[in-house]
Amino acid sequence: MGNAIISMKNVVKKFGKETVLNHIDFDIPQGKIIGLIGPSGAGKSTIIKIILGMEKTQQGTATVFGKIMPNRQLLNRIGYMAQTDALYESLTAKENLQFYADMKGVSGQKANRQILHVAEVVELTNDLNKRVSGYSGGMKRRLSLAIAMLGDSEIFILDEPTVGIDPALRRQIWSELHKMRDEGKTLLVTTHVMDEAELVDDVALILGGKLIAYDTPANLKAEYNEDTVENVFLKVEDENEKNVVYR
Amino acid sequence: MKRTWSIAKRVLKELFRDKRTLALMFLAPILILILMKVVFTSNSTTDVNIATVNVQSSLVKQIKKVDHIKVYKYSTQEKANKALKDQKVDGIVHYKNGNFYVKNANTDASKTAATKAALSASMVATNIKELKSTLTAMAAANPQAAAMMQSKSQKTPKIHNTYVYGDKDTSFFDKILPILMGFFVFFFVFLISGMALLKERTTGTLDRLLATPVRRSEIVFGYMISYGLLAIVQTLIIVLFTIYVLKVEVLGSLWNVVIVNVVLAMVALAFGILMSTFAKSEFQMMQFIPIIVIPQVFFSGIIPLDTMAHWVQNIAYILPLKYSGQATTDIVMSGSNLGQIMGPIGALLIFLVVLTILNVLGLKRYRKV
Ligand SMILES: Nc1ncnc2c1ncn2[C@@H]1O[C@H](COP(=O)(O)OP(=O)(O)OP(=O)(O)O)[C@@H](O)[C@H]1O
Ligand SMILES: [Mg+2]
Repeated sequence: MGNAIISMKNVVKKFGKETVLNHIDFDIPQGKIIGLIGPSGAGKSTIIKIILGMEKTQQGTATVFGKIMPNRQLLNRIGYMAQTDALYESLTAKENLQFYADMKGVSGQKANRQILHVAEVVELTNDLNKRVSGYSGGMKRRLSLAIAMLGDSEIFILDEPTVGIDPALRRQIWSELHKMRDEGKTLLVTTHVMDEAELVDDVALILGGKLIAYDTPANLKAEYNEDTVENVFLKVEDENEKNVVYR
Repeated sequence: MKRTWSIAKRVLKELFRDKRTLALMFLAPILILILMKVVFTSNSTTDVNIATVNVQSSLVKQIKKVDHIKVYKYSTQEKANKALKDQKVDGIVHYKNGNFYVKNANTDASKTAATKAALSASMVATNIKELKSTLTAMAAANPQAAAMMQSKSQKTPKIHNTYVYGDKDTSFFDKILPILMGFFVFFFVFLISGMALLKERTTGTLDRLLATPVRRSEIVFGYMISYGLLAIVQTLIIVLFTIYVLKVEVLGSLWNVVIVNVVLAMVALAFGILMSTFAKSEFQMMQFIPIIVIPQVFFSGIIPLDTMAHWVQNIAYILPLKYSGQATTDIVMSGSNLGQIMGPIGALLIFLVVLTILNVLGLKRYRKV
């Protein structure tokens, strides 16, 4: 694919002797939301960390914007939200946002505008001056998402962005993600919530360190003859377990 | 550059909101200093016994008038020396050929000081009495009086001090104070910065930070700026407290003391960051204290180095606190200027550069670029 903005080529990743990613290959075109789904421990976060250049591979490469990661400068064009909230608890939400805006090289009026905008998206406007230590789990999650949205990123890599967020706000966040996609941004989102998998453009199904399927939700449902992505997921998982038993 | 500042600002903000750590950094040293002052000068009111040999009785009488001083007359220097050896007396005042020879046991610096004070005060008192008689003569004839005064002043006896242990600078508290100052800076900056970076690692903020385009060196320098500023404040508090409350004299420039301690703080910071990469928890960080911090106390000069075996002395050369102790001691006690302490400061700077490079490289463990 010529217009791939993120791609993994034959990536093998081992932690010690355990092979976590087993020859992963995929290309993500620009302007799409890709859902990375798979059971716990499948290797979703590891894929994300390799794309960001935070983990080394044993084999194969990850490229972003056509350049091999790790690459420090490219990080300026990527918004990242980690699976675990990494926030400065003794600072206020605003100070956290300000700090990461500085790191992303956004300053002055532009930074202030962006901070207000992302705070609005995650509904934290009224709690901006509260210290993060006084935040609830869901509020922290929202703040992490807001931080990822700072800057002028073209790619957003979000590791379980909606965990611990109530359904109404979750819907709102997804509509914001769609809006970003419509502006030409590319999003890679991992999720455990299967109805969210219906909201993405393409689903990448990871199982035991292997890419089992990469297609649109509609095609997947048709292929496996199921009516929801959740059922596709369960079916694939089931088949895979049988394979293990027969092997 | 902007990122470096931003990181420094953030680290300072976090520190200033942690009231307990702040109190530890700024109040604990003062508390310890007060305690040490009390402990090491508590015996200043004990009695001091002075032996005199061949000293005119008017002066002996005068010395006896001083509080807490007892005077024993000995007929010969030998007998007095024996008394000194047997610890019956704390010092000998020997008058010979128009001069005073004072031999101090000097095992207790405060007793030595008391002996000196008593002797010179008594001499002033006797001199005033003699001056009175001179004044009477002055009334008679002016030119003659002037001549007399001159001949008198030429004959003023000199006091020669000798010491059984140490020298005239020996006051244990005075001696360890400059070293202690460095120790406080080193200890607290090492521990708190190490803990801070460890926390960044364990809470994931370091990983998160490294997922932005920040340079590894910007993180290290950001930490350096913030802890450098903190060390300036800490050193100023300690120095001002020792000068104005504990009334310890600093012969050299106060700012030079601050400069040495800031450089030391940087070394401590770099050390703390480096060590934190080897620790998995706060408790493991604490385990470095007996390995990294305590040995430096032994070699920093609190215990005289020249009494140690040669190979042991050499260990001191790889310990930063030795150099800061040396530099600060020179400033405080001998009034050295910056040029004269370039040696130890240079040594500290070498430590700093090497450790900083190691830290910037060490962060590669968390992001490859
Ligand atoms: N730093 C590490 N050291 C050793 N093993 C690791 C490390 N990080 C991840 N693993 C292993 O790699 C595998 C994949 O982990 P990963 O975090 O990518 O899973 P995941 O798909 O994100 O799971 P979840 O949905 O629970 O977040 C797991 O078996 C995990 O034990
Ligand atoms: Mg994960």
